[in-house]
Amino acid sequence: MNGLAVGAIYGLTALGFVLIYKATEVVNFAQGDLLMLGAFIAWTLVVPLGLPYVLALVLTIAAMAAVGAGLDRFVMRPIIGQPHFAGIMLTIGLAFSIRGIASLVWGPQERGLPTPFAQQPRNVGGVLVQESMLAIAAGTALLCAVLYLFFRHTRLGVAMQAASQNQLAAYLMAIPVKSVFTLTWAIAAAVSGIAGVLIAPLLAVELNLWIIVLKGFAAAVLGGFGSIPGAILGGLLIGVAEQLVGVYEPSAKGITAYVVLLVVLFAFPRGLLGEPQGKRV
Amino acid sequence: MRYVFKTSHDQDIDLLRHKSDWGWYAALIALLAAAPALLPAYYVGELAFVFVLAIASVGLMLLTGFTGLVSLGHGAFLLIGAYIEAHALRAGLPLPVSLALATLGTGAVGILLGLPALRLTGLYLAIATLAFSGIVEHLFAHWKFLSAGETFLTVPNPRLGGVRFGSGPGYYYLALALLAGTVLVCLNLLRSPTGRAFIALRDSPIAAETLGVALARTKTMAFALSAAIGGLAGALYAHKISTLTAESFNVLLSLELLMMVVVGGLGSIKGAVLGAVFLGLLDPAIARFKDYLPPAIGAQSGLQLALYGLILVFFVLFEPLGLAGRWAKIKAYFQAFPIYRRAMFKRTKAYMTSERMR
Repeated sequence: MNGLAVGAIYGLTALGFVLIYKATEVVNFAQGDLLMLGAFIAWTLVVPLGLPYVLALVLTIAAMAAVGAGLDRFVMRPIIGQPHFAGIMLTIGLAFSIRGIASLVWGPQERGLPTPFAQQPRNVGGVLVQESMLAIAAGTALLCAVLYLFFRHTRLGVAMQAASQNQLAAYLMAIPVKSVFTLTWAIAAAVSGIAGVLIAPLLAVELNLWIIVLKGFAAAVLGGFGSIPGAILGGLLIGVAEQLVGVYEPSAKGITAYVVLLVVLFAFPRGLLGEPQGKRV
Repeated sequence: MRYVFKTSHDQDIDLLRHKSDWGWYAALIALLAAAPALLPAYYVGELAFVFVLAIASVGLMLLTGFTGLVSLGHGAFLLIGAYIEAHALRAGLPLPVSLALATLGTGAVGILLGLPALRLTGLYLAIATLAFSGIVEHLFAHWKFLSAGETFLTVPNPRLGGVRFGSGPGYYYLALALLAGTVLVCLNLLRSPTGRAFIALRDSPIAAETLGVALARTKTMAFALSAAIGGLAGALYAHKISTLTAESFNVLLSLELLMMVVVGGLGSIKGAVLGAVFLGLLDPAIARFKDYLPPAIGAQSGLQLALYGLILVFFVLFEPLGLAGRWAKIKAYFQAFPIYRRAMFKRTKAYMTSERMR
């Protein structure tokens, strides 16, 4: 269950990648740093300002969405139409900046984010589960449901899908593609903000939270880059795999995700739920 | 405007376009050769370190700038080279042998990584190399036989003909000579059919394959060469830090290397060296600048990171051709004096070409 909770966080990070990648063909290497930023914002709201947890969560989501939209509008937009490499370098630069600024503002020490969920185990269907883990799982499930409904049943959601499938066609159909991109970034940043708040009972709020970005990659690739359910599934599988490996060979726990990633890339690059890939000449 | 009047086909592939360039480069070499006599020892050490970074940066440029394969894990090759160097010297081998071993051994690892990487392109390759470097770092940190059972592996200071090459002027000249050699090898390679195949592969893999470039062989060769140069740089890096830990070759080193290549300007060997010089000088500059800041900000390690990030963002957005591109623009401005227009270097925007089929 612990593995599933960690996996849910990885899945949410992967979800952020997939959203941005599907819409804009840019891979956001700053996703882990956005998660860290979200965790720090939530900590600032809860501990020094003393706001209740739920209010802090809502404010964090809003703040992160604003950050995401701002990044797209002012940083990412000029490189539309340039090679992928520019996107990779730009997001790596953003990642450095966010991490550096966070360390200037909050400093390198670890902090705990108090949560209203108790640590004592509860009995769910014959399995003993910590309440905080349940909260993570429930939060992830809820978020997925909301996103699913949004993409399936709202005009805006469908417009976003259209823009991700064919930018030019979407543009010709009077979909404001640029605003859609900004919105996608806002949603992805908000998702990583939620992940940053949810992760609190598992890990301390600190600068090294960005490392999760690497696990998120593994999750996204395992699920098939570009598939939203695949991202969550990949995250859960990697979380559980890590936990199992940790039981048998504790020193190898850290590289489980990398090994899975390489094996998946080399053996079946499409991933579990990926679309068939081809290339137009 | 200065025109080159070509009288033979060989002139197209000359190393330097103008005769006067020979004079400038000779002056640069002479100045660098005289540096240990002119500068304090601290700056000589820093300069030697810049040379080492430049070697690694040239190696990565060959892969990323010319072949178009992005590697986010080049630090792993430096790590492997450094450990081979340390083990070879500890086993009592002389310096030239250990350097050759580090270069060839790392090149072999590069082939091993390059073979499966043939199936991957663009983004997936970048992620795969990232994972590769994570695994290598972990293995060297945890497997006893790779690190000789020590967390801090000391690197002996090699002596050859009465001169110590692991530190001081000996190290400086060694790094300078190897950098000059590496740059020459790469420049010559790039004007040979192999190098042209690299560039063709970068610009359009499909067109290159249609014209008879062996895709698999060329990609593997680029990987092997780049890894080998990385291994050589790693061997020199080992002497610089003198005690090896796997943690000193982490993801950040790989990203720093990539940053040098981007800041210098993709697709230019001159850019690779300029990028290394820029980053190598940035660190001491930040360290000095910190003294003037309030201690609450100056004492943070985040300042450097934030600056790195902002510089990277700045270059990608405003100077995609890097320092080498800026240099070319300034030169063009003066050579074409009254008629220079910004549009001379404007890049055309393309519609996003999707890697996905739908």
